[in-house]
Amino acid sequence: MSLSLVRDGLAAVSVTAGLFFFAVGTLGLLRLPDVMTRMHATTKCDTLGAGLILFGVALGMGWTVATVKVMLIVVFIWITNPTASHLLAWALYKSGVPMHLYRSFDADEEESR
Amino acid sequence: MLRTWFLLVSVALALLAFLSFYRAVIGPTPADRIIAINVIGTKTVVILAMMGFVYEEEWMFVDVALVYALISFVATVGVAKYFRKGRLS
Repeated sequence: MSLSLVRDGLAAVSVTAGLFFFAVGTLGLLRLPDVMTRMHATTKCDTLGAGLILFGVALGMGWTVATVKVMLIVVFIWITNPTASHLLAWALYKSGVPMHLYRSFDADEEESR
Repeated sequence: MLRTWFLLVSVALALLAFLSFYRAVIGPTPADRIIAINVIGTKTVVILAMMGFVYEEEWMFVDVALVYALISFVATVGVAKYFRKGRLS
């Protein structure tokens, strides 16, 4: 009884923490001023949020083949999402996308001259 | 008990996916839209895994989630290459 209760509690806590990280990432996606900063917020939400929620799902399932597949999805997301974000950021940087903070630093320099 | 909590969390995730869709609609540059669609893809994978737990049919839903993650990665890499080169070949 107690072991199953501890396992369910750990799964619920892990899923709730993952939901918190997803909420923070979506808030950053909506509120931050710039493409690069929005991408920075959403990569946090991808790795921590998806990892914690899928770990909670794997805990709640118990030991089946589906648990192994869920952990496989976690490993796959942890490999592919930074790769995709790196590729996208590199392409954006090369194509000269406007950056909000960088432009404000330039304006400060011109004011101080 | 745990299934009810998982159902509530997946409903909240669906609401967050709609908020991300707002950024995908109004995003000033195409890169904003791509980032928002990427986040929606990740949320869909997570929601599919949780739906597998809620309906107690992990076999089917987990496989669907795995394939969805693969397709989302390939789409993002393709769009990044299109940004960089202006063509897909």
